Amino acid sequence: MLSSVPPIYFLIVSAVIFAIGAVGVLIRRNAIVIFMCIEMMLSAVNLTLITASHHLNSLDGVVMVFFVMTVAAAEAAVGLAIFVLLFRGRGTIKVDEINLLKW
Amino acid sequence: MIELVWLIPLFPAIGFLFNGLIGRWVGLDKRIVGWTACSALGLSFLFSILIFFSLLQLAPEARAAVPDTVLFDWIVSGDLKTVIGYKVDPLSIIMALVVSGVSFFIHIYSVGYMHDDPGFTRYFAYLNLFVFMMLTLVLANNFLFMFVGWEGVGLCSYLLIGFWFERDAPANAGKKAFVVNRVGDFGFLLAMFLIFVHLGTLEFNGVFAGAHSLDAVTVTIITLLLFVGAAGKSVQIPLYVWLPDAMEGPTPVSSLIHAATMVTSGVYMIARCNILYSMAPVSMAVVAIVGAATALFAASMGLLQFDIKRVLAYSTISQLGYMFLAVGVGAFSAGIFHLMTHAFFKGLLFLGAGSVMHAMSGELDMRNMGGIWKRTPITFWTFLIATLAIVGIPGFAGFFSKDEILWQAFNSGHRYLWLVGAVAAGMTAFYMFRLVFVTFFGRCRASEEVKKHIHESPPVMTIPLVVLACLSVIGGYVGIPHVLGGRNFFHEFLAPVLGGHPEGAGHAAFSLVRPAFASGGAGEGAGINMELLLMGVSVAIAIIGICIAFYLYIWKTKVPKRLGERFKTIYTIVFNKYYVDEIYEACFVNSTKRLGTFLWHRFDDGVIDRSVNLVADLMLWLGRVLRRIQTGRVQGYALGIILGAVIIIAFLIR
Amino acid sequence: MAGSAFYWSVFIITALTAIFAAVMVITRRNPIHSAMFLVLNFLCIAVLYLLLNSQFIAIVQVMIYAGAIMMLVIFVIMLLSVEEEERQRMMRFSPAQVMGLVLVLILFAQLIYGVAVAVLPGDLGEFSPERIAQLGDIKAVAGLLFTKFLLPFEVASILLLVGIIGAVILSKKER
Repeated sequence: MLSSVPPIYFLIVSAVIFAIGAVGVLIRRNAIVIFMCIEMMLSAVNLTLITASHHLNSLDGVVMVFFVMTVAAAEAAVGLAIFVLLFRGRGTIKVDEINLLKW
Repeated sequence: MIELVWLIPLFPAIGFLFNGLIGRWVGLDKRIVGWTACSALGLSFLFSILIFFSLLQLAPEARAAVPDTVLFDWIVSGDLKTVIGYKVDPLSIIMALVVSGVSFFIHIYSVGYMHDDPGFTRYFAYLNLFVFMMLTLVLANNFLFMFVGWEGVGLCSYLLIGFWFERDAPANAGKKAFVVNRVGDFGFLLAMFLIFVHLGTLEFNGVFAGAHSLDAVTVTIITLLLFVGAAGKSVQIPLYVWLPDAMEGPTPVSSLIHAATMVTSGVYMIARCNILYSMAPVSMAVVAIVGAATALFAASMGLLQFDIKRVLAYSTISQLGYMFLAVGVGAFSAGIFHLMTHAFFKGLLFLGAGSVMHAMSGELDMRNMGGIWKRTPITFWTFLIATLAIVGIPGFAGFFSKDEILWQAFNSGHRYLWLVGAVAAGMTAFYMFRLVFVTFFGRCRASEEVKKHIHESPPVMTIPLVVLACLSVIGGYVGIPHVLGGRNFFHEFLAPVLGGHPEGAGHAAFSLVRPAFASGGAGEGAGINMELLLMGVSVAIAIIGICIAFYLYIWKTKVPKRLGERFKTIYTIVFNKYYVDEIYEACFVNSTKRLGTFLWHRFDDGVIDRSVNLVADLMLWLGRVLRRIQTGRVQGYALGIILGAVIIIAFLIR
Repeated sequence: MAGSAFYWSVFIITALTAIFAAVMVITRRNPIHSAMFLVLNFLCIAVLYLLLNSQFIAIVQVMIYAGAIMMLVIFVIMLLSVEEEERQRMMRFSPAQVMGLVLVLILFAQLIYGVAVAVLPGDLGEFSPERIAQLGDIKAVAGLLFTKFLLPFEVASILLLVGIIGAVILSKKER
């Protein structure tokens, strides 16, 4: 089943989703939403890797995506645990109110 | 033997290092310090004598052509090649003998004189350093190495004048000496630059061999600049002002440095460069005129001083004027001859003054002395011998040398200069015997306390006095002029180096001051008679001076005071040394101080300090600004990350 | 080829949906809505993986991302009972946010330029689609995972272990 869509379109889609995710990271104040946008960025990168792997007839990209997902999962677990802690400690998860490291 | 010449300066250098480093660190016994210093000089003197005799073995023509002893290359850079090398020829060996010999006796004297001083070790370290530098100066074979010695003796002069630096007066005197010397050294440096630019070498052999290729203007400028340097070191007008103040130093220092050796460096330098000077009649004129003027001017100032050391200081300046007068009219060997005899009798005079001060418990003012000749016999008789020498009484050393100078001045056509010299000789006789009469004769005007302690100095001090007194008598006999039936060994010995113009036929090197009347030196017969006549005239002038001094200070002692009151204005001017120091202070010193203060406030504080503070303030400001990045908000940091990514990707997709 | 038109249409629909979902994620005020749209985004990307002949990864995407991770996120959102963000706040953009937007636009432009201009470098490997079909997708990936990428595999397992321990420790209540 050969895809006849040239890889560049996949890469453009990936770039768009990545950019949108970046905007989300910078715009939103809710920590969990920021986290979700980061996951979206990771996902976009995965798309790039798979595209390249498919186009170069290799499986190295696929294995890399495998590991990226592993990391994303672990990161989600620990990150959300941290959010829970933050909420318990500060009562809020709006990132601009959590600024103890300000000079 | 001759190639061992480098040992001559080496011994005092070792003495300096030993006494200076180990002596001060360990705190050696005074006897060891004294013995080290004196034996270093003794060895130096011994080797000078040995090398002198080696030189005598050679034929007269070969003596000036002895190859230089080069130790090693010093500066080799581009076209400049200078070496550490020593030159042995009649001129340098005479200077070495005088320097090492007189220094040796003064060292022995110092052991006694400085015995109670806490800075005993430091004194001998400096003294040895000085002799090392002076020997370097006279034995060097190139201008740059000579300049090392030149500066070195200036440095030691500063150190020794300001020996008792805890007091203001010696410290200031040392500073003054060094700064005024520096002015002269500047001229010397410029001359060296010019010599190098035009001749490509600084070695004496090279320079003098190639000198004829210089044009008249260049060689005149070079010689004038060299004379500026000589004027600073050898206290001629206008750079003499540091010598009277230098009397703040210990008396043996005054004797050694400011009578016998350092101040004679200028004369030596001009004699060494006689080839250059012979090519520049204008410079010779300047040298002679300044020399004669200095001789007269300084003698006039010495007439009224009360401090015995000051009188001797002005006398030194005056006698140096004679030496410059000699070399200025082309009588180079006469100048060196007077240099040698002057070292003997002036060195002795200063040591005698030190002995008198020792006897009078440190008193300097001759108004508080008097009548001590019976109680300090050796001091008195040696002092008298030296005074007779300086005045130019026949039979003593000074007679032959001073007379030679006056004769050469007259004979080469410079009648006015001869006149100036003769008048100065009269003044010299007057003030020297004034010194003797007031100090040693008459009623003793000291306090009771001092009178009780008047005693003769210990042998360690009196033996050098006696030795120098003998030299002051016999030292002149090496240069007896033909007219008295002798052979001028001195002149002959130096002829290969200094260009032997035969006695009696002067160099008419310049004609600026030749008066209109009768030309001199018409022939051997007329010349000899003229010489005898002039000799008689000088002796007569000297005796007149002595008689006037006798009249004023032994016979009718009230007269000087009344004369002083009648001619009050002149008296005040001369007594205050013509206010030269005050003029210099107003013209040069104050403006320099103001410039220095201005630069200090405006430039050092304003610019340099400000820019350093500016850098510090800049860092503070930068920190304050950059602090704002630390917001504590994560999204700001994410922004930074994306910014970095943008920049890096921008580079990657080029 | 008839298949070509099919794939093109599937691609376009899926891609546009994914992008639409992404925009919704960042613009919804209610975090639950954002989470839902994110799930949609992940599902669309899974379809894109299918188009790229990576069935294994498509399934894993659905299972891990859309399944496990998003479920976790939604649990936490509900646990923390996050309020909606105020209306005004969303309208006004601070200068930092504007600059962020600009930077991301520049980044996007750079990415597009890089992708459009550059040819995908690299040599063709040995795993052509026919070969993968012959081996079986999972088998092929597994073969690579346990030989060439064995060390990263083991390290990843340690990573997961550490993650588990970390999560447990972090969310323990203070005694």
